[in-house]
Amino acid sequence: MSKTVMAKAKIVKGGSFLIEEKKPSEIFTPEDFSEEQRAIAKTTRDFVAGEVYPNRSEIENKNKELLVSLLRKSGELGLLSFDIPEKYEGLGLDKVCSMLVAENLAPAGGSFAVSHGGHTGIGTWPIIYFGTEAQKKHYLPKLATGELLAAYALTEPHSGSDALAAKTRAVLSEDGKHYILNGTKMWITNAGFADVFVTFAKVDGDKFSGFIIEKTFPGVSTGGEEHKMGIRGSSTCTLELNDAKVPVENLLGEIGKGHLIAFNVLNMGRFKLGAGCVGGAKAAMKEAIAYANERHQFNRPISSFGAIKQKLAEMAIRCYGVESAVYRTAGLIDQALEGVDADDNAGILKGIEEYAIECSAMKVYGTEMLDFVADEMVQVYGGYGYSEEYPAAAVYRDSRINRIFEGTNEINRMLIPGMLLKKAMKGELALMQAVKQLMEELLSFPSMDDEEDGVLAEEQKMVRNAKKVVLMVAGSAAQKYMQNISDQQELLMGIADIIMEVYAMESALLRTQKFVEANGEASAELRLEATKVFINDAVDRIEIKARPLLAALVEGDMLRTQIAALKRFTRHTPYNCIQARQRIAAAMTETGKYIF
Amino acid sequence: MKIIVCVKQVPSRDAILRINETSSWIQDRDIAYDVNEPDSYAVEEALKIKEKFGGEVVICSLGPERVQVAIKEGLAKGADRGIHICDPALDNLDALAQARAMAEVIGKEGFDLVFTGLQSDDYGFAQTGVILGELLGVPSATIAMAVEVQDGEKSVRVKRELEAGWFQWYQMPLPASISIQSGLNQPRYATLKGIMNAKKKEIRKVTLSDLSISKDLLVPKQKIERVYFPVKSKKTEIIDGSAKEAAAKLVTKLKQMRAL
Repeated sequence: MSKTVMAKAKIVKGGSFLIEEKKPSEIFTPEDFSEEQRAIAKTTRDFVAGEVYPNRSEIENKNKELLVSLLRKSGELGLLSFDIPEKYEGLGLDKVCSMLVAENLAPAGGSFAVSHGGHTGIGTWPIIYFGTEAQKKHYLPKLATGELLAAYALTEPHSGSDALAAKTRAVLSEDGKHYILNGTKMWITNAGFADVFVTFAKVDGDKFSGFIIEKTFPGVSTGGEEHKMGIRGSSTCTLELNDAKVPVENLLGEIGKGHLIAFNVLNMGRFKLGAGCVGGAKAAMKEAIAYANERHQFNRPISSFGAIKQKLAEMAIRCYGVESAVYRTAGLIDQALEGVDADDNAGILKGIEEYAIECSAMKVYGTEMLDFVADEMVQVYGGYGYSEEYPAAAVYRDSRINRIFEGTNEINRMLIPGMLLKKAMKGELALMQAVKQLMEELLSFPSMDDEEDGVLAEEQKMVRNAKKVVLMVAGSAAQKYMQNISDQQELLMGIADIIMEVYAMESALLRTQKFVEANGEASAELRLEATKVFINDAVDRIEIKARPLLAALVEGDMLRTQIAALKRFTRHTPYNCIQARQRIAAAMTETGKYIF
Repeated sequence: MKIIVCVKQVPSRDAILRINETSSWIQDRDIAYDVNEPDSYAVEEALKIKEKFGGEVVICSLGPERVQVAIKEGLAKGADRGIHICDPALDNLDALAQARAMAEVIGKEGFDLVFTGLQSDDYGFAQTGVILGELLGVPSATIAMAVEVQDGEKSVRVKRELEAGWFQWYQMPLPASISIQSGLNQPRYATLKGIMNAKKKEIRKVTLSDLSISKDLLVPKQKIERVYFPVKSKKTEIIDGSAKEAAAKLVTKLKQMRAL
């Protein structure tokens, strides 16, 4: 659906945003949603408002039966089957639709959203993309309705980030009909009620492989519910496999190829989490604005004070950046998957894997944006924010898990430059050529920048220069450490920070430019303000992040040259962000919500 | 049973309303729209009757391009097709003139039942349903809280809401026009499958040139003079005199204000 609103049909290379300049017409934005996509968002919103939100305290009190019945009810509307191909009684919708469902489910509260995502995402995807025809026929129609509920069981007590160090073993039975699995899986979302588990074990102790396990198989049991910091209404238990008898037909994918399932599925989960964070942030803003309008101190609503205005506006500005990047990514994936057959699993996975850099960026940047919003929400509520009687505390607690699951933000940060360099080395991305060109530019006399005009011309230049910072830092890192760069975690994480800022700022820039092209500048006034503030601040953050990285990478004259270049690339006349935030906050307090 | 449900698209409940420059209505720029609330109940009631008796549900809406979204919502919920009466000359007319256009289209279609919402959330005239009944020459019932098709699909029994918790059951022959009150059923959600299927359903577009209404009949007989926000004011008046005199004055004043 999304392709019609994007200019080019050619597949954009993942990570290419760092070395190429994109046009507004090349990206997909929330303003491009089709009527059907908007209607799907509305159904999700209506379902949450009508069925889930009124029950949220009951869900938080661990009413598992209610949670399960609501999941099944969402299945009646198609909210469990959007990713399942039509051939297996699903709807086979595009990724923009999946993202819209994730975004609009978030206001249901973390517990329901995580349970729903655990089933529709990581619980169901492995069977969609790696299952045999028979496995798909057997499981997918029932997962589509919610007759069967699913969970994904990868982590073990001693292997979290290092997932492939799993100890669970699988041995073929003597009659060759079953695999016998032994081990424990930990932190398994939905474990308390799931009927089907996608899990992993090492065949003969060394070949990491995927399995589909049913709760009723002999030797399969679950432990007690964990007492968690947040998402307390979701079910999280261990999965115990004690001589669990798994039919050989339930091997998922090929023996020894479990890592393909584990990592691809997490990859997809990440980009969807970005959309969930956007939805969570919008819901938090709504509550925070309502409270700030209602709460009076010094005979005025606190929303009329500058201190609160700056907070509310900054929530919206950061959300705008993430939202722009999330739907741009969804549009890229849909464009890549256009024309790929629903049964062509390898083709689909290749399409999604292409954007692994963007997916990880959305996970990290989105979850940290939501944490920022949740933290400021508590602050807006003041003392009431610290009370469980008010909504801010739960939002704050629930938000915290996002930085841990689906690959910690640290692991994801390291993946971003890691994957980028891998692509460059494979020759898929002309990164090294761009670095070389930049290094030459650094050593030559700086050219006078041409004055450009047009909407956000200054910001466009700032984005272009920010990309040069990435090239400079990543180039120096690659030069210094070559193949051993993966040991330099501090550097990788710092580079990732800059890359994420660049992706978000360029996405916001292009989205706003596209909006102005379609609607004119007059109706884009506040979007322009938000974009200018976001880019202004992002460039400042980039400068601060890059300095210590350069100091760790180069020294002497080279350091001085690169610091001077950094200054040049991040130089800009500071924008009046305080006034811009005041204007954005005024619109938020008037409308009572996120305004973009 | 062939049921035509008239739906209107109105500003969303949480839309921020601003009065336009001429104070004749609200600014429609940047406003989100929704299906008028009682109209959603009308759609649901029609779908329930169709499920029981079979037949066809047709969604009819008058308005600019954007009202297609309201028609599609009905189609996504299970209605069979849509009719979009779309002509700038028909926008901003009064209920009578718009009902004339709708009556001609609906009359040509043929129907057993015409459902409208009781009133629209924007103008709140509550006229279109009854005017349609009159123009179509069929009996009408308003404020329906229950609709029972009876008598081998030849008549309909309607529960009408009266004042102070009273209800009235009313029987009339088909075809008929009924305006539906909110709350008589539980409107369904549009399913994702329904949304995707709605794309394939027909929405017939009708413009003024397809109709044989003379221009004279489209001159509004009713006009909004001015739209304004109510001014909040507080006035206290002390009534002098003895208790008896003051009480008499108070009664007179209350009568003048029609509070008594």
